[in-house]
Amino acid sequence: MEKYLYIALFAPLVGSLIAAIFGNTPKKVFLGVITSSLIFVSFLSSVLLMMWTFNGNVVKAEMMDWITAGNFSISFGFVADQVSTTMMAVVSLVSGIVHVHSMGYMAHDKGYNRYFSYLSAFVFSMMILVMSDNLLGLFIGWEGVGVCSWLLIGFWYHKKDEPVEVNSSISPSWAANEAFIMNRVADLAMLVGIFIIFWNIGSVKYDDIFTGIQSLSTTTIVSAGVFLFIGAMGKSAQFPFHPWLADAMEGPTPVSALIHAATMVTAGVFLVVRLSPLYEMIPEVGYGIAVLGAFVAMFAATMGLVHNNLKKVIAYSTLSQLGYMFVAAGLGAYWIALFHLATHAFFKSVLFLGAGNVMHAMDDELNIKKMGGLYKPMKHTAIIMILASVALAGIYPFAGFFSKDMILEVAFAEHSYLLWTILWITAGLTAFYSFRLIMLVFFGEERYKAFGFHPHEAYRFQIIAMIPLTILAVIAGFGEHSFMEYVSHILPEYHGHVSSGTVMTLIAVTSAMALSGIGFAVWKYSRGGFSKSWENTFIHKLLINQYYIPKFYDVVFSKPYKELSTFAWKEIDMKIVDATVDFIATSIYDMGESSRSMQTANLSQALKWMAFGLLVLVALVFFAGLK
Amino acid sequence: MFEAVAFYLFSFLTIAMFSITVMSKNALYSLSSLAAGMIFISAFFFLLNADFLGVVQIIVYTGAVMALYAFGMMFVDTTTDVVEKIANPKLAFVLSALSAILVIIIVISPIVADNIQALYPVSANLGNAQDVGLVLFTKYLVPFEVAAVMLLVAMIGGIILAGKKMDEIHNNSELDDEFNLKV
Amino acid sequence: MITLSDYLVLSTILFMIGLFGVVRRKNLLMLFFATEIMLNAVNIGLAAISNYYGDLTGQMFAFFIIAIAASEVAVGLGLLILWFKRKGTIDLDSLQSMKG
Repeated sequence: MEKYLYIALFAPLVGSLIAAIFGNTPKKVFLGVITSSLIFVSFLSSVLLMMWTFNGNVVKAEMMDWITAGNFSISFGFVADQVSTTMMAVVSLVSGIVHVHSMGYMAHDKGYNRYFSYLSAFVFSMMILVMSDNLLGLFIGWEGVGVCSWLLIGFWYHKKDEPVEVNSSISPSWAANEAFIMNRVADLAMLVGIFIIFWNIGSVKYDDIFTGIQSLSTTTIVSAGVFLFIGAMGKSAQFPFHPWLADAMEGPTPVSALIHAATMVTAGVFLVVRLSPLYEMIPEVGYGIAVLGAFVAMFAATMGLVHNNLKKVIAYSTLSQLGYMFVAAGLGAYWIALFHLATHAFFKSVLFLGAGNVMHAMDDELNIKKMGGLYKPMKHTAIIMILASVALAGIYPFAGFFSKDMILEVAFAEHSYLLWTILWITAGLTAFYSFRLIMLVFFGEERYKAFGFHPHEAYRFQIIAMIPLTILAVIAGFGEHSFMEYVSHILPEYHGHVSSGTVMTLIAVTSAMALSGIGFAVWKYSRGGFSKSWENTFIHKLLINQYYIPKFYDVVFSKPYKELSTFAWKEIDMKIVDATVDFIATSIYDMGESSRSMQTANLSQALKWMAFGLLVLVALVFFAGLK
Repeated sequence: MFEAVAFYLFSFLTIAMFSITVMSKNALYSLSSLAAGMIFISAFFFLLNADFLGVVQIIVYTGAVMALYAFGMMFVDTTTDVVEKIANPKLAFVLSALSAILVIIIVISPIVADNIQALYPVSANLGNAQDVGLVLFTKYLVPFEVAAVMLLVAMIGGIILAGKKMDEIHNNSELDDEFNLKV
Repeated sequence: MITLSDYLVLSTILFMIGLFGVVRRKNLLMLFFATEIMLNAVNIGLAAISNYYGDLTGQMFAFFIIAIAASEVAVGLGLLILWFKRKGTIDLDSLQSMKG
């Protein structure tokens, strides 16, 4: 079984390397085919591993030693247990479909080969992240996905910077840097967490950690848990590390589907789930995580209400759902968080892919105010996106219903009624803005005609690729019970209890909220939407500027840091360091220049110097002999 | 007794002669006093039981080398007193004086080492010339032969250097024909 | 009695006189004279040491120095004559073409 582990891990790497060879050459279609096939090979291996671990077996593999220095020994080890195979299967499936879709989306792009190389490299890093059996291997994968995400967000790096009023993400390279730097800042905290664990336990392997933390003091575990969670916050774009996610939409849309819906941003949730024994011991920190998650859920949903950028709305929706996942994980229902992660991956990625189709049809136009009535030319995409949005809103029997409802139940069962209320309202907001998007893009007045667009449906094979995900988004919810049994071999069961009567009431209330959100959106936007006067209200301004947080970061962090950097450059580096080095060089040169005066060709002078040298030597002998 | 007298007499003379050599403005006086100094130095060699060396000094140095210098002086213009622009006359004096003082102090100190072995000891029964001949042709044979070759080379070099370009200045066509020298 | 030190002092004095001449003289020919003085001073020293230690090595050394001095004079004078023919003067200060 080990070989399946290695196949699943290295197949994407092989694809990436093959595509990298052709990095600078014009587009070669076979590269897209090869990389996609290799990802599907990885998917098949993951599924095989999943079936193997169904009965509780675990596959472990030690590939080779990495560092052995005295007591410190880390190896490249991999483990395929129920948690990691779930992630592997989800990641490889979504990646495979995104690869196929990209073959159509990037068909006219000059960097086709480079794109597939980066995309497969990303999948490889993500596989390392989820399959690793120690924290440092996870960190390698963590950084790897960060780098690949930077490469992919900044894929069109040659686009120039634009002012914030025109494009709030400024430019792809700017957005890529923002994402990477924000992640890096959070990674510092993660490293501190890893150090705390290593310092106290002496190993970074999960097995050793889980046995070792039993004997640690609460403060240590709390600090380790908090720091590791801050690292997770960076990757999963929780407040205050959230601006990069919306700006990351500058990259190609399939990238957003893969990275910012299904895989990279879920790495934070995966970390918390993976370290569940640790977080089990510190429920207060878990509650803090849940509170933060709920806050982010509502925070992001409010911002998604007003934006007119197609991808940004979906990005805020991702942010919101990540909040849900953290609520579940924070309150101790780890398997529910994982379940929501999987279902969310399905419907969110297909939403993004659909958005990609729409963008392609509209010549990369993103403003939904310029769309409308696209149902007629783009039926298939529209249907897929509607199905995904219904799943997102959480309507029975779609997948989102099961996972979201469970989370709300958990919140209720923990007697955190405030959290429940926040999540309940957010569910309504989610439904509303999802269908606002649908209505404005696909229905209503055909505004695009005024701008001269001629939309057409995407390639057939792209639609076919999107279908499996859509189907999963619809039916995956029914696998909830078997999923729980499957994952409970590793993860703790959740023992919150709510009486069945209350459960029914909760379900009814939540569904009512979701349905009313959908209904309101459909009703309002079929009548032409909100009036323009709303755009001048304070609330609207606040939301559309993302609560002025990017501006705040710019003023408080970016500008002073830039001043500091300029100072360090101009004053310290150029005036002190450079000057010192130059001084050494010029002083040697000057010494040479002044010694040059000795070099008159006058024989008499030379003889004088010789006599002088003789005198010096004799004096040396004399004084040495004196001792 | 005699030795001491001879030593001091000759040393005084030598120093006087050599001082004239270095300080005189007239080239001819300089040359003459140098030749005289050489002769007096050979007196020292005789005092030091180095008979052969003393004779060689007279023949080679005073005879050959001084003759060479005399011939050399003929080629250059020595009628005018050489005007020497000396930038810093005191400097030269100071350098030499200081070095002299230091070395003298070094040299005056008694030699402490006891077991200095003679490498090629003087044999008591032979005369100095025989002794020198013995050592020269056995132990120092190779340097001797090499020195001979070197002298040959120097001679040829001297001829070529000084002989070739005579025609340029004297412009002597008869010499040209006679010696078949090309310009 | 005359000890080795006396001879060595004499040798030193003569050597320094030669050195003084070398440093001071601007006429190339007179420079050669001063060089000869130095060589002779060394010869005296060597012969003295040879006598006082009963070793023939010093005399041999002095012998070869004489040989070398002779050949040096030959070549040196040849060069001097060449230089004089080229420049018309044997002043040392005119010998500065390698300045820098």
